[in-house]
Amino acid sequence: MDFNDPMLALSSSIGQIGDFGLDLVWRFIHIVVTLCLIVSGIFELVESYAISLGLIQKYSSIDIEKLKCLAVVVDIEAARDVSKVIELLRWLTTIGVKQVGVFDSQGLLKKSKDMILEMVPRSVLLQETGENNISPDSIALEFISSFDNKEAVVKAANILLQKYLKSIHPENGEGENVFTESHLNEALRVVGECVHVPDLLLVYGPVRSHLGFPAWRLRYTEIVHMGSLKYMRYGSLLKAIHKFTGVRQNYGV
Amino acid sequence: MGGEVRQLLEQIHRFSRRCLFRVLSMGPLPTHLAFIMDGNRRYAKKRGLEDGSGHKAGFSTLMSMLQYCYELGIKYVTIYAFSIDNFRRKPEEVQSLMDLMLEKIKSLLDKESIVHEYGIRVYFIGNLGLLNDQVRAAAEEVMKATAKNSRVVLLVCVAYNSTDEIVQAVKRSCVDKADRDTERIQLVDIEENMQMSVAPEPDILIRSSGETRLSNFLLWQTGNSQLFSLDALWPEIGLRHLVWAILNFQRSHSYLEKRKKQL
Repeated sequence: MDFNDPMLALSSSIGQIGDFGLDLVWRFIHIVVTLCLIVSGIFELVESYAISLGLIQKYSSIDIEKLKCLAVVVDIEAARDVSKVIELLRWLTTIGVKQVGVFDSQGLLKKSKDMILEMVPRSVLLQETGENNISPDSIALEFISSFDNKEAVVKAANILLQKYLKSIHPENGEGENVFTESHLNEALRVVGECVHVPDLLLVYGPVRSHLGFPAWRLRYTEIVHMGSLKYMRYGSLLKAIHKFTGVRQNYGV
Repeated sequence: MGGEVRQLLEQIHRFSRRCLFRVLSMGPLPTHLAFIMDGNRRYAKKRGLEDGSGHKAGFSTLMSMLQYCYELGIKYVTIYAFSIDNFRRKPEEVQSLMDLMLEKIKSLLDKESIVHEYGIRVYFIGNLGLLNDQVRAAAEEVMKATAKNSRVVLLVCVAYNSTDEIVQAVKRSCVDKADRDTERIQLVDIEENMQMSVAPEPDILIRSSGETRLSNFLLWQTGNSQLFSLDALWPEIGLRHLVWAILNFQRSHSYLEKRKKQL
């Protein structure tokens, strides 16, 4: 027994030294990754300024007609700085985007919508105009939060439940099939949701994630990570939109 | 002699991989990883191979990636094997994919298969009624045969898309409420009836071939997931891509955990 205690202590110490060594190697790998990302970030920064100054020919004209509906997802912390969101929307107006949905999970931007509509020139609220009534020189804005995601589907499901219950035959206890994608789509419209599928989703935040944007609308949306809203760049925005206009989808076929 | 050298190289490769995974496990690791295996057809065209060879090469890549994931200790892996939209491809291609799927599903039951090596529980997620009888029966047989496995889980999304999954969950919730005479659906009812509720939400979703969309895959479940779009075609995906994704996940982990707590 006495012989085992020092052996256990020794093997535990060796284990701890081993883990310490592995931890050092892990941290070193992450330092290398950080350096790679910094270098790549510098290249992107230079490219973005070159695009803003019009030095890269291919970005000087964009076929904006291909971009019918754009969505912007903003991280919660970034959404607190409404002035940056307003600046972004002004850039989008300059580029010629006609419809923009702005999302943050907690609805902070929804609460500031009146101020945003006032500060972004020629902007209108999408719900008031309806999707097909946007005048050519204006930009229709939509404000979206997590309540428009899963909770909206729950409300729509309750509408379908009522339809189903009304259709149940007393003889066989079976109801009509009201459970198709079109039915759910229509039920979402009834509860006041926009069901238009964005062509492009720009994510402003630390991580490339859609952060809970309404799932029903994301089927074929191109999702691009733009980095932090605080350090957003006009050139990067132009590049993302230009790249989108070159995408060809085959929709699984 | 050649065989011995190959075996030795494989053992060195395996040992190096174990060391690398030991280092990676010093940081947080994902519990659930999802893959969109895109680019098999483009790979075959790029290499001048005959039709169908891209999918076979893609399957081989899938087996390697599963091995790496399970060696690393990732418990859940979900793959997008066949979308409902894919049924609109040319009938010969759809049939060839169904034949390949049938062959590979049956091979999962072999004693030497990865399922037995790692004790994998397999789920087939999707509208299985859209599959032909043979493929559906094989899938159900594999699910039954692996039901007692609990070490790691493989979710194969076949005849699947997210919007169909949501509609089916709404349908099951409605029928359930109608049967019980209770009239209001709650979010928890829909969540319980989602086919993917057998697994936690994915931590990482990787799409190959450089496309940046989700193509109607796990839209409901990926609100807190880190999305990766890798330029390589699926059969070209290897260990280095997985390691890169995990290193980036480790950098973002505290932000994603903070977000989950806020919701």
